[in-house]
Amino acid sequence: MQSEIILRMEGISKSFPGVKALQNVDFVLRKGEIHALMGENGAGKSTLIKVLTGVYEKDAGQIILDGRNVVCRSPQEALSMGIGTVFQEIALCPNLTVAENMFIGRSQNSFVRWKEMNAKAAQLLDSLGIPASPTQELSSCSIAVQQMVSIARAIDMDCKILILDEPTSSLDEDEVKKLFALMRELKARGVGIIFITHFLDQVYEISDTITVLRNGELIGEYQTAALSQIELISKMMGKALSDVSEMKKQEPQTSSDSVPVFEATGLSSAAGVRPFDFRIEKGEVNGFAGLLGSGRSESVRAIFAADKVTSGEVKINGKKVKLKTPLDAMKNGIGYLPEDRKHEGIVGELSVRDNIILALQVMKGFFRPLSRKQAEEFANEYIEKLGIKTPSINTPIDSLSGGNQQKVVLARWLLTHPMYLILDEPTRGIDVGTKVEIQKLVLRLAEDGVSLTFISSEIDEMIRVCSRLIVMKDREIVGELSGMNVTEQDAMHMIAQGGKGHV
Amino acid sequence: MSKLKKHINRSSHLFLPLSVLVLLIIVNLIKGADYFRITMVNGAFYGNIPNILFGASELVILSIGMTLVTAASRGQDISIGENGAITSAIFVWYVLNAGEVTLLTILVGFFISCVAGILIGAFNGTLVSVFNVQPMVATLILFLGGRSIAFMIDGKVSPILANEISNKIGTVIPGIPIHTPIILTAVFIAIVAVVLKKTNLRLYVESVGINPSAVRLNGIDPKKIIFLTFLIMGVCSAVAGFIAVNKAGRHDSVNLLKFIMMDAILAVALGGNSLGGGKFSITGSIIGAYTIEMLNRTLLRLEVNPEAIKAFKAVFIIVLMVIASPVVRVFVRKVLDKAKTIGKASSLSTPDSRQMD
Amino acid sequence: MKKLPRVGLLLLMVMLVLSYGSAIVAAEELIKIGIVNLPPEESGYRQANVEDMNRVFSRENGYDAKQTNTADNSEQIAAARGYIRDGVDYLLISAANASGWDDVLQSAKRAGVRVILFDREIDTDPSNYEVALLSDMYYEGELAVNWVLNNVPEPINLVLIRGQMGSAAEIGRSAAVLKAAEEGKLTIVADGTGGDTWSLEEARKVVEAAIAANKDFNVIYAQNDGMAQGAVQALEAAGISHGKDGKVKIIGFDFNRFALRNVQAGYWDADVQCNPRQAAEIEKWIRTGNIPSGIVYQEEIVLDSNTITDEDIEKYGINVDPGKGVITR
Repeated sequence: MQSEIILRMEGISKSFPGVKALQNVDFVLRKGEIHALMGENGAGKSTLIKVLTGVYEKDAGQIILDGRNVVCRSPQEALSMGIGTVFQEIALCPNLTVAENMFIGRSQNSFVRWKEMNAKAAQLLDSLGIPASPTQELSSCSIAVQQMVSIARAIDMDCKILILDEPTSSLDEDEVKKLFALMRELKARGVGIIFITHFLDQVYEISDTITVLRNGELIGEYQTAALSQIELISKMMGKALSDVSEMKKQEPQTSSDSVPVFEATGLSSAAGVRPFDFRIEKGEVNGFAGLLGSGRSESVRAIFAADKVTSGEVKINGKKVKLKTPLDAMKNGIGYLPEDRKHEGIVGELSVRDNIILALQVMKGFFRPLSRKQAEEFANEYIEKLGIKTPSINTPIDSLSGGNQQKVVLARWLLTHPMYLILDEPTRGIDVGTKVEIQKLVLRLAEDGVSLTFISSEIDEMIRVCSRLIVMKDREIVGELSGMNVTEQDAMHMIAQGGKGHV
Repeated sequence: MSKLKKHINRSSHLFLPLSVLVLLIIVNLIKGADYFRITMVNGAFYGNIPNILFGASELVILSIGMTLVTAASRGQDISIGENGAITSAIFVWYVLNAGEVTLLTILVGFFISCVAGILIGAFNGTLVSVFNVQPMVATLILFLGGRSIAFMIDGKVSPILANEISNKIGTVIPGIPIHTPIILTAVFIAIVAVVLKKTNLRLYVESVGINPSAVRLNGIDPKKIIFLTFLIMGVCSAVAGFIAVNKAGRHDSVNLLKFIMMDAILAVALGGNSLGGGKFSITGSIIGAYTIEMLNRTLLRLEVNPEAIKAFKAVFIIVLMVIASPVVRVFVRKVLDKAKTIGKASSLSTPDSRQMD
Repeated sequence: MKKLPRVGLLLLMVMLVLSYGSAIVAAEELIKIGIVNLPPEESGYRQANVEDMNRVFSRENGYDAKQTNTADNSEQIAAARGYIRDGVDYLLISAANASGWDDVLQSAKRAGVRVILFDREIDTDPSNYEVALLSDMYYEGELAVNWVLNNVPEPINLVLIRGQMGSAAEIGRSAAVLKAAEEGKLTIVADGTGGDTWSLEEARKVVEAAIAANKDFNVIYAQNDGMAQGAVQALEAAGISHGKDGKVKIIGFDFNRFALRNVQAGYWDADVQCNPRQAAEIEKWIRTGNIPSGIVYQEEIVLDSNTITDEDIEKYGINVDPGKGVITR
């Protein structure tokens, strides 16, 4: 297994304004190796790939390719050095033929020799065992074949390194098998493959080596066979915070005759989460635990009706209700802070004030705008309450830091005085201080009788805040942990075992 | 100093149209010092300014609708002139078939044409919001076919609207010194201002234009808001068509409001609005519309050769747009900042230089 | 279930078309004519032209005529090919575009189809068609200029309002005025255009700009009736007298009935014809078999407040008639 090293990245650092995306990271890829790059969101996986392929310029460190120190300034240059990349979304033209997609844009010559191109494509497709004809229109191929065509495009003839960034997320089991067969074929030819995925089982099926990143730092490189799933999960999630002394989560006051604030049975949505049951009591903080892609976000989105609800029955305070749109959920006292702050949370160019009052304003209705004075009062109240750092209430929200943006979105929901508030990754990508503030806020709200669902990629954070963890894997609830003494070990065991039980 | 700067920053979107307006006024004043002179003719104000206000009425109203459509849908409605031709054809058809022309028939006709405008807006809005067709492509349908529809409604002729009330709407009402289209435009602007004040239209439209997915999770249906802006655009088209046809006294389906969408889109852009949607300034668009009207007249006043007049306008607009583009703005800001730091450095070094003296 | 009525409707339509077709087959001895024309909604002129063609080449008059109306040159050419295939005797064409017709005209010649152009010229060898019956825009301009020279007191200071720049009408009608100005017969004090349009609003702006510049003028030469209307609106608003007893003489083009009524009422002064009714002349040629060759220009007239009669308006006018004494402002 110990073979020739083709790529060595040493001491790579990269920061963006306010964020250290990579700190002194080393990475090694060998000939004929499938190397899984693992880590939760924001761990630095894609930054590392983008530094390697020349999308980003690194701040420090060096990249040694085949023993030569190289500087790569663009993906085209990377390609010419033998580094091919395939991203999650297929970046091909569906209305062109397979061969066109494989070669267009890469020939130096502006004239296309169709015959030669098609012959070359046929040869490559054949040697890789890709079931497609060069002259076929790409859109007539299945997603898996399209994905393979993009791999064929990326590797060309003399590719040494292939990067696959979540290539399997839109494939079904059969298609994944085909893709893996292709990966093994390439591996046999000596291509080094960097593989990024959220699916742990796939990592164990195909990879030789695993490198784990967390918060922009290298945790370590491991032989896949020597690393158990639970060890991997704990390395990915890690322990982020120790400042927990003043926080005390509460046992919810459940008595057998109490009516849950929110209760769902057989709930499922178009986003693909399997029907699940869920309930939350007054003043309870619970959480959906699981890795990214496990269905934890999809579950809470189904509760808020953010995705199209396909089945299930919902009761609020014991009364049956129909929640078809987010507005229905809002009117029933539910708030939802989405996972993707930039795309689904903030309204970029709008002022901090407008961002704070947005949800309340919508609930009041189109014809009942808040007066300017009222809006300013509300905005100022919450800027003070949550300690939002902003030059003024008229500042566009997108010029604030991530943590302050998140606080504004939180303020938006707090202003509606929700009965039940869902927070999906409220602490992601924000500084440690704000993280702790948000955790404290969650517990304080619970004390005041608000029910909350809290999701985080950092398991220790969830254990600190939640009194009950609903564990998910592969878009299904696989177990539940409750009580004051749940440990990280328990949670990780369940995530790992749940998977085993399933297989 | 800093207060002034703050003020300029806040209204920076008005900087472009206002500076163009000032430039045009200067050019006109050079051409003739009596540019602002207003006289009374037949009991109504007459002069360059009343002429501009009169001439730009339809454009102002249409650019208000265009601003909202642009802000919410991130695209433009290119069928507004054709829609105005259709709604005004319906207005004329009703008035000519309703028997004796009274104020009531005119009002009912106007109301019907507004309903038609709303239906047209619903057609365009459905294509854009429900079927996700690009606004320009969706409205291309009526842009191409609208005048034929108007022609059919006209009964294949250009019907004449020769009645006293229409004439008064198109010119002046005796006893009122301001031309009626100017008053109607002012009333329309006032209504829009009230709607913006009394509803959440601005917040909703801007939010939808900036981030539809976030807005959806806050209980606003972006499709509905985009649809709504097209309905409003339909009403704007109907009002503009009403004014245009009463001005003309005759329904010419071929030439009525022809190519006005170009100027309306230009007014929106000139008003400091992004054609990519999001935050908007109706004040900016209104000033932009009057600016374009003044530009058109200034080119005539400068006696630009008719063959070259369009090219002149194009060059003028290109220069404006380049000046207003983010690239140049950032560049200018950089240069200014540099100048400032150099200025600071030199002011620090002044004592030294004095000593040298 | 839902589809059934639709299928029924479709069948009904097919049957209607078929029965219409058989009617054509049944008709014998009729002269077959294919007319390739522009769409009626293009202008009042075209509307009158299309209707005139339909009226003259009717079944009662012994013709089996079909007309295609489109502003798309390639669709026009396709329609012409279709008519040639159908074996028409005569092909009448008013082309959207002056070029691109060589092939289809030659195949008409080979097929023995006689081609007559009307209203619009085609850039091709004259042997490719029999005759072109056109309006001479320059001649129309000359008619107007002569009227101005004979009826406006010296010195003649003229405001020229051009229509859509580059159109045949604009070029011809402008050329006559520009020539007269060059010869020193009159002075052009303002020269404006509707740009891409023939719009009333643009014409109004041209006159308003001339007034703002304190230009002294006594005649407005507007290249269509709508523009003349806009020009007069500008005068009205400025309180400048016009028409029969007024300071500024108004001359328009196209013979819209509303314009002729304005002339009759002395609100305007004169209007020049642009005759859309070529059908009668062409029908006469076909009936007598005496077809001229080359380009034939139509006889067109100018009418002014002193000469105009109700019969003229009825006979020569186009578009809707507002009625005697009604002024369209």
